[in-house]
Amino acid sequence: MSLTVSDLTVARGGAPVLEGVSFTLPDGAALVLRGPNGSGKTTLLRTIAGLQMPLEGTIEGAEDRIAYAGHLDGLKPTLTVAENLSFWASVFGAHDGIDAAVEAFNLKGLTTRAAGALSAGQKRRLGLARLLVTSMPVWVLDEPTVSLDQSSVALFADAVRAHLAGGGLALIATHIDLGLEGEVLDVTPFRARPRIDPVFEMDLS
Amino acid sequence: MPTLWGLAIVSLVGGLIWGFFLTPDADKFASTVKIIYLHVPSALMAINAWLMMLVASLIWLIRRHHVSALAARAAAPVGITMTLIALITGAIWGQPMWGTWWEWDPRLTSFLILFLFYLGYVALWEAIENPDTAADLTSYLCIVGSVFAMLSRYAVNFWNQGLHQGASLSLDKEKNVADVYYQPLLLCIAGFVLLFVALVLYRTGTEIRARRIGALEARERASA
Amino acid sequence: MRALLLRDLRLAMRAGGGFGLGLAFFLIVTVLVPLSVGPRTQLLAEIAPGILWLGALLACLLSLDRLLALDWEDGSLDLLATSPLPLEMVLGVKALAHWLTTGLPLVLAAPVLGVLLSLPGAGYGWLVLSLAVGTPALSVIGMFGAALTVGLKRGGLLLSLLVLPLYVPTLIFGAETARRGAVGMEAETAFLMLAGITLGAVALLPFAAAAVLRVNLR
Repeated sequence: MSLTVSDLTVARGGAPVLEGVSFTLPDGAALVLRGPNGSGKTTLLRTIAGLQMPLEGTIEGAEDRIAYAGHLDGLKPTLTVAENLSFWASVFGAHDGIDAAVEAFNLKGLTTRAAGALSAGQKRRLGLARLLVTSMPVWVLDEPTVSLDQSSVALFADAVRAHLAGGGLALIATHIDLGLEGEVLDVTPFRARPRIDPVFEMDLS
Repeated sequence: MPTLWGLAIVSLVGGLIWGFFLTPDADKFASTVKIIYLHVPSALMAINAWLMMLVASLIWLIRRHHVSALAARAAAPVGITMTLIALITGAIWGQPMWGTWWEWDPRLTSFLILFLFYLGYVALWEAIENPDTAADLTSYLCIVGSVFAMLSRYAVNFWNQGLHQGASLSLDKEKNVADVYYQPLLLCIAGFVLLFVALVLYRTGTEIRARRIGALEARERASA
Repeated sequence: MRALLLRDLRLAMRAGGGFGLGLAFFLIVTVLVPLSVGPRTQLLAEIAPGILWLGALLACLLSLDRLLALDWEDGSLDLLATSPLPLEMVLGVKALAHWLTTGLPLVLAAPVLGVLLSLPGAGYGWLVLSLAVGTPALSVIGMFGAALTVGLKRGGLLLSLLVLPLYVPTLIFGAETARRGAVGMEAETAFLMLAGITLGAVALLPFAAAAVLRVNLR
């Protein structure tokens, strides 16, 4: 099932930041979002992930199918790498695939290490490995390559390719070229004009 | 608006003068009874202000009408003031009547707890920057708070039976306040209601203007 | 569900998890009371149920700002909210974990502290029973307060200001049950009211908490 976004207006703090965003993402396809800092990529991704309501427009095919990765990885420093992964696996109702995820992100030697003892790049790899264990078809990723070195970026790109080959979808906001066969959507033209709620323009005299 | 202010002031001043100077002293209470012209209306409005906030909160959550949320915000400080007036006039009256400024009587205690609920509500409004988030969170707090305020009232009644006389006014039972005192009291209550409405409308207008300024500034920043 | 419960319990037990802090606080408060009112056995016996209830309530309050703040800071709440689990259930389970790590130890420690305050013999059963039934309400009410203030920088003090008035009915019925039990009065009515509040709070407040948390997450 594809992901369809039609005529979406998203708001940050009640003020619209992007409006009229529409796209359809078929199975096995990736869409890369671009745009300068503060242009509303994060807000758009959070809206699609269901963390906030759109002001206008509809999102189809996202509910309960999403694995979201934002700026933070949701890791507990006192739990080990394996414990962190198996927790997220059971939250998403999946139980196998932990080994494969560990393999894919080259975390093998670290599974018994506490997550708090990992470097920033290793933490990020663990955060991305979480995407694999959720076995959710729609990946919504916000700057996934932050603090990754070049070889880890390559691992990540491979993981995304494998996900797409398996019929998954990916929506990625990123500045670097991952070498993916995906469309690119620049959000700048969708920047919303500021509006004032008509209530606040009423005559008070 | 000016008419409303006028009516509020006229009925308040009229009612207070009538109540204070033109009614006879009661045998049992002497002149201390006259504080009911402040005590009863303010106590009524303290509760009604909270009820108004509850209704406004529900309207905001269901219909997302901005004015409703702002009206709830505008009513809270007025409600706090009413609660304080009721508590202070109660203490002043309690001193000669019961020989004590404060007693852990259920009604007094309930009002003190209501005061705490008001404080939390206002503090939450003040703590949150984003106005829509603040409106949502305070609305939920108001609803949950109302339930717990009711529970507190029953709990407090259970906890201590109390000194305070029954309600001075009720629609279904016979009046237990003589007519001479009753009529000016009604006028005072009308005055407090009108004053409350006028204050809330005025403060809501101010809130709307503040939001408009914020929105205009945002537009300016965006076009600059 | 079970995984979430186990994770929260494990986190509380591991280093820096804060397990036992509430218990230690409860102990210290109870010790400070006789130091402040004097070693008057009679007076202490009389106020013991109230002091123990208040101490348990404050110990519970103390741990509330960690209830959601850590999951908020590391992004876990975002991920839990986008997971297939209903957020209401997530918060309910987290409140249960909080009760198991904070409320339950207080219940178990209360009779020992009762000895320190010369609680009359008849009071122990009612004290433990009232705390066992009342502290779950403190946890879920606290969850609602924590969800309200989770996004705020200095939410701790505000959290207390919001939660304490909500604790009033639980405190009154809980302490009243323990007090009546201690002096041999009829305590069933207060106890049933307390149980009613706990049941109502456990059934409804996770929904309110999830609603306000969704507002804070957006």
